[in-house]
Amino acid sequence: MNSNPNITSVESLLSVTGLSVHLGSRTLVTGVDLAVRRGEILGLIGPNGAGKSTVLKAVAQLLPYRGAMQLAGHQLSRLSARERARRVAYLNQDDQVQWPITVAELVALGRYPHRSAWGGVPDAEDRAAVEAAMHSADVWSLRARRADQLSGGERARARLARVLAVQAPLVLADEPVAALDPRHQLEVMALLRGHCADGGAAIVVLHDLTLASRFCDRLLLLDRGEPAATGPVDAVLVPANLRAVYGIDAVTGLHAGQRYIVPWSLEPDAIHPPDRKTGHGANVKPPY
Amino acid sequence: MSAGWSAAKRPAWSDPGSGAAADVDKASAWVQQLGIAGVLTSALLVLSLVSLGFGAAPLGWSEVLAGLIGTGPEEHRLIVQQIRLPRVLLAWLVGGSLGMSGAALQGLLRNPLAEPGLLGISASAGLGAVLALYFGLTTLSIWSLPASAMAGALLATLLLYVLTRGGASNLTLILAGVALSSLAGALTSLALNLAPSPASVQDIVLWLLGSIADRSLADVRLVLPFVAAGLLLLLAAAPSLTLLTLGEAEATSLGVHLPRLRGLVITGSALSVGACVSVTGTIGFVGLVVPHLLRGLVGHRPGRLLLPSALGGALLVLAAELAIRLLDTPQQLMLGVVTALVGAPFFLALVLKSRRTLA
Repeated sequence: MNSNPNITSVESLLSVTGLSVHLGSRTLVTGVDLAVRRGEILGLIGPNGAGKSTVLKAVAQLLPYRGAMQLAGHQLSRLSARERARRVAYLNQDDQVQWPITVAELVALGRYPHRSAWGGVPDAEDRAAVEAAMHSADVWSLRARRADQLSGGERARARLARVLAVQAPLVLADEPVAALDPRHQLEVMALLRGHCADGGAAIVVLHDLTLASRFCDRLLLLDRGEPAATGPVDAVLVPANLRAVYGIDAVTGLHAGQRYIVPWSLEPDAIHPPDRKTGHGANVKPPY
Repeated sequence: MSAGWSAAKRPAWSDPGSGAAADVDKASAWVQQLGIAGVLTSALLVLSLVSLGFGAAPLGWSEVLAGLIGTGPEEHRLIVQQIRLPRVLLAWLVGGSLGMSGAALQGLLRNPLAEPGLLGISASAGLGAVLALYFGLTTLSIWSLPASAMAGALLATLLLYVLTRGGASNLTLILAGVALSSLAGALTSLALNLAPSPASVQDIVLWLLGSIADRSLADVRLVLPFVAAGLLLLLAAAPSLTLLTLGEAEATSLGVHLPRLRGLVITGSALSVGACVSVTGTIGFVGLVVPHLLRGLVGHRPGRLLLPSALGGALLVLAAELAIRLLDTPQQLMLGVVTALVGAPFFLALVLKSRRTLA
């Protein structure tokens, strides 16, 4: 990992200011500022079409954008493709693996930015990274299986292992738990949490507000391409924001000091969540 | 968030699993790759010697070798070097070009049904050659036919580039190729329709059918540099093609430059296939059949498929050519006709198979 001694642990690994993305004359995203520190997961939430994936793709340098992005002291847009690829790993929403390669080969593709431009033979460091990523994502036993014959949960873990094998400080994951059963959702989120515990950081697009609350340190709520709210989980996931942005009422409560949010009805004021009192989130502190 | 992440499985960073390392180790895979290439090369050399010995004047192995080196009788030297060697070398070049281009295009478009014909490269090269025949340019210089065929292929490439510039999807590329094929086909038909004499129509039609017989070493020398350059461009695309397995977004995030990759594959295919078409006419389906047959042997990795597909393509063209002469029909069959007769049903079977997986 690229550790710069000048950067203290509280300084942002990634900071984005004034991000806007345009497609022809259409504005997809505008006025987005965000920052992620090491050890932290930033959740991108918002309705369909709010621009969550667009923000993630812009950070991954996959589409043209306006605005400034700093990654650990580097201007992100100035890095070469390979330099950037070693620092930012991206997991796409689309989970198709095009050819039936084995899981081990799939995961090993994550080492490409560390090898010579001609591919080359993987060295001991590459092999260690691939094995560690496979153990970490619990796909070691699947390593000889064909990627197209895995179940949805197995494939999600294999693709995440591919992302972890890059050993990039910053992981960007676009709806990594979409179409997964609850257990696999928790597993994938825990894996991302583990990446951050190792000194990395992640930006994750999520639809499940309870997962966002439980696993993210801070949230950015997007609404029609603009930030509607940003900050600690409890400051963002308030009933007023859910109504204004999603047009829903939710049942919320606390379990083990963490907030759960169950979307309940379309009509505002149809129900009164049991504990809308403020102040209960004060004991929830991010780990940095 | 202070809660414990109980499900997080901590990696054993310190112990990279010594015994099982072979699973991830690519050294054995390299040996396997070399083995596949070695077997294909050996088969190609053996079949080439058979092809050199077979003909109106059958020659033994020793006579073929002596003729090749030039130590045997003058008659053998002439037969081997002037008549049979160009045919074998052209089979290598055209088969290699079609096979590798097919594998590269399938990797780029992530579609096992892609091949050089699909993008209109072959048809456009054919149109260029037909126009040269139509306007009688071939009587001016022997270079005019290949030159206009390559011009057709390059023009098609340029058009494809303009049509798909600015991040167009592979679907756009495929549709642009289909449109280009149709246009080239229509213009070729127009040339045939308006041809002044039956003789020139016959020239054009026969040439379009595709053949590597009755060519000279001058033809080989003409296409060799373009084929070599094209194949090198395609090989340069190999690592990126494998990464495309992850889809365009993730491949880009790993450092693949998609416009450069598209440029490499399209230009490489245009140069190699365009040059070959100018000398041999259109020979279809080699680029479709060969990568499909070899894909399983290389673990379905698109990058590793390129070299075996080139060798396999050469092998297939050489075998088809030999089969034509073994059949000894009253009117000699054209190579392009034979590959199409074998390839088209194969193509249909592939479509049926992919329909079943989609359903």
